[in-house]
Amino acid sequence: MYPDVVVVGAGVIGAACAHALTAAGCAVTVVDRGAPASGTTAAGEGNVLVSDKAPGPELDLAMLSRRLWPALADELGDIEWEAKGGLVVATTEAAAQPLLDFMRDQRAVGVDAREVPAGLVHELEPHLTRAVTAAVHYPQDAQLQPVLAATALLAEVTRRGGVIRPHTPVSTVDTGRDGRVRGVRVADGVIPCGAVINACGPWAGDFARAAGVPIAILPRRGIVLVTAALPLVVRHKVYDADYVGAVVSDDAALQTSSVVESTAAGPVLIGSSRQRVGFAERVDAHVLRALARKAVGLFPVLATVPVMRAYGGFRPYAPDHVPVIGPDPRLPGMWHATGHEGAGIGLAAATGRLIADLVTGAAPVIDLAPFRVDRPAVLEAA
Amino acid sequence: MVVGAGPAGLAAARAAAEAGARVRLIDSAPSAGGQFFRGRPDVPPVHPKVEHLADSAVWHLESVHNGHTVRVRTGPADAPVRRGVTLHADALILATGAYDRALPFPGWDLPGVVTAGGAQAMAKGHGVAVGRRVIIAGTGPFLLPVATSLAGTGATVVEVLEANGPAGWLRAPRALLAGAGRLGELAGYAKALAAQRIPYRTRRTVIAAHGTGRVEAVTTAALDNGWRIRPGTERRIAVDAVCVGYGFTPQLELAVAAGCRLRDGFVEVDAAQATSTPGVFAAGELTGIGGAKLAAAEGTVAGTAAAASVEVPRAALRAVRQGRIFADGLAAAHPIQDGWRTWLTDDTLVCRCEEVTLAGLCDALDRHRALGVRTLKLTSRVGLGPCQGRVCGRNAAELAAGHTGGHYDPADTARRPIAAPVRLGELAEEETVEEMNGQA
Ligand SMILES: Cc1cc2nc3c(=O)[nH]c(=O)nc-3n(C[C@H](O)[C@H](O)[C@H](O)COP(=O)(O)OP(=O)(O)OC[C@H]3O[C@@H](n4cnc5c(N)ncnc54)[C@H](O)[C@@H]3O)c2cc1C
Ligand SMILES: Cc1cc2nc3c(=O)[nH]c(=O)nc-3n(C[C@H](O)[C@H](O)[C@H](O)COP(=O)(O)OP(=O)(O)OC[C@H]3O[C@@H](n4cnc5c(N)ncnc54)[C@H](O)[C@@H]3O)c2cc1C
Repeated sequence: MYPDVVVVGAGVIGAACAHALTAAGCAVTVVDRGAPASGTTAAGEGNVLVSDKAPGPELDLAMLSRRLWPALADELGDIEWEAKGGLVVATTEAAAQPLLDFMRDQRAVGVDAREVPAGLVHELEPHLTRAVTAAVHYPQDAQLQPVLAATALLAEVTRRGGVIRPHTPVSTVDTGRDGRVRGVRVADGVIPCGAVINACGPWAGDFARAAGVPIAILPRRGIVLVTAALPLVVRHKVYDADYVGAVVSDDAALQTSSVVESTAAGPVLIGSSRQRVGFAERVDAHVLRALARKAVGLFPVLATVPVMRAYGGFRPYAPDHVPVIGPDPRLPGMWHATGHEGAGIGLAAATGRLIADLVTGAAPVIDLAPFRVDRPAVLEAA
Repeated sequence: MVVGAGPAGLAAARAAAEAGARVRLIDSAPSAGGQFFRGRPDVPPVHPKVEHLADSAVWHLESVHNGHTVRVRTGPADAPVRRGVTLHADALILATGAYDRALPFPGWDLPGVVTAGGAQAMAKGHGVAVGRRVIIAGTGPFLLPVATSLAGTGATVVEVLEANGPAGWLRAPRALLAGAGRLGELAGYAKALAAQRIPYRTRRTVIAAHGTGRVEAVTTAALDNGWRIRPGTERRIAVDAVCVGYGFTPQLELAVAAGCRLRDGFVEVDAAQATSTPGVFAAGELTGIGGAKLAAAEGTVAGTAAAASVEVPRAALRAVRQGRIFADGLAAAHPIQDGWRTWLTDDTLVCRCEEVTLAGLCDALDRHRALGVRTLKLTSRVGLGPCQGRVCGRNAAELAAGHTGGHYDPADTARRPIAAPVRLGELAEEETVEEMNGQA
């Protein structure tokens, strides 16, 4: 239906869309104003989580993605895919029951979640604090290395005949007399196409506005701490039960919840914070302190470990915290794939598949109504 | 507040104190002096009105509405307990200096291969030589004092190799005039070399180090103007240590954290040493490589300007002007030429911390089309280890640019919000904040 597709944005979302579209037979050009995979994707930790999501559309998307990633990882080669499982712990009496209730709701919709009896927690995580009041094991939680994944997806796109154009900002779309998209504008002219996928991450709102179809996508600052390389101290992805609270909150103030995990190369990642500070690049000391405090709380042995680095990025989110995936009814040929907030790495596989289904007219495997573009939170706020 | 107690920071602290400001001078070393005065008896004393915080590393810098907040850890880096304090200042002078650059070549990761600065620090600080038979290679006048220091510790300096030609100076006659004082100093070193019969050869360098477990020999070769090896000129020489020094890289993390604009990889300053960030001044090697005298002159200008009470002394301004002309001449006479990239073989390490070879780097570039610094790091692992790219960042960026034709901004590798190592437990501590107003 749309033989020529331009994907704007070569982050993990754009890469996954291009990969799925080329698999479906579309001719695809991916355009990025910078180097591919150097935006938010380069800041992502690579958690592919089901554990942090309450039953609802985002969990459906996450479950679909979790089914798709292993095959992609096989196809793509080394993207450091590791199905290591997650362990969510409560460390106060007050947090214990909400965690168990959350788990029960997730189990009801098919999430593999298992309460870990007090005596067995330290068999899973020997260095974990003794102050655990409840713990749930999520074997489906996994991780991958986002930049390797995005660049490998793009390499496959190239191999199939797709074109990647780095360092090429797209200013707007070009429309024909019929009001349909017929190309995107770049510095040296127009790249003709029948469909445009807006995969501009936290800048997706800017691109949509430039194209005349504003959507509300906002940046949310996140910072990650990286320690020196260690022998395996942390075996799963371990986090505090209050993580769940941070993900769905509307509060602009700082929130931290430490997801602590070892990476394949040895360093432990601790992240991340959530803060609404626009696109301010700064790395505030109080944010670092809050992250460190939570991590040392979970794993007291980490107190003496040197921190090598802190880095940050901007998660793209919609005001209602649900991704935006689908056609823009105001501009035929324009599609959005953005707003994945702190889960875009994990959700990329499903997003790519759904966009390919939509563009080629195939029936999507899950209900896409919750992600539609013309919902009040996305249009009215823009 | 002055960060760095080398020639620049010492002079800045003194000038600011004399202008009536309350001054704190912070340095991670146990005593003041920086690189130049390490182990020398003639270290200028810290001005009596300056509060000197020794053994104190600034690990974080934040600009706040009415000044700057720095976070400091005091105590030797390996001490079990280091004291943390958060300080506030109206004006900030950054004088964090530079560290020296090594270029990779086959065998540069062998024990016994050190940077010229490292060898100098060991010789001056501890009176220890890096080896018994030492060869020194690289570019720039800094190789000369290193040779005399090493000779002074009893090592045999086999030869000193300057990769550039002697003609470089002819292209900068103005610099020669401006730098009369510095030239005298350099001539002194050259004389000392001659007296000790240490050969000084130009257009030649070390292109490989050999040995099992430790360096036992090197191959040197003559270079053309672009630093490509002239075939047939290779020579093998037995040594037990190699010192390499290819200029200096400024210690930029605090300046980058303060949002200071850079130019050609150094902090951009105006005639008063003010950076693009209001209230932040920079002096010394951070703003360009010109030696200790220029660093001190810049410090005097910065200290007076930051105290904002008296006019900047003309003599210091003149010294800075002249010193800069000389420094520009130095830089022009000792460029780093692209040909160094041809010295490497596929299995030469580019990043020692993460053991990334040239082949590994090129593989990341080819397979993952890593077209930016961040993606290059995350696909090849270059610069992700303990040195965080301080040693390998620039080299990897240049190798990548040569391989792909792309642009890799080496300043991107200086974005390190945590400027000095801290432990997770230290980060987690409640902080002690000292509000101190009326302070430079
Ligand atoms: C600290 C942190 C930790 C995170 N951890 C995780 C995690 O563990 N798991 C997880 O699933 N998610 C995580 N995330 C979220 C995840 O990183 C994002 O959801 C995801 O990377 C978004 O990908 P994207 O492709 O939409 O955006 P991006 O990667 O930002 O890609 C957008 C691209 O669009 C380009 N672009 C923008 N405008 C234009 C234009 N006009 N013309 C051309 N190109 C343009 C940009 O250059 C950019 O490359 C984390 C995020 C942060 C900040
Ligand atoms: C290893 C080495 C040896 C050298 N030896 C000589 C020599 O013998 N002769 C010569 O002519 N030139 C030498 N140089 C060149 C020398 O750098 C300059 O001549 C001169 O010392 C520059 O002065 P400066 O004040 O700019 O910096 P420096 O003298 O380098 O002083 C910078 C100071 O800042 C401190 N610092 C940096 N970051 C932080 C932080 N985050 N927190 C706290 N403190 C910090 C450092 O500890 C250091 O003391 C050497 C350079 C190096 C790198």
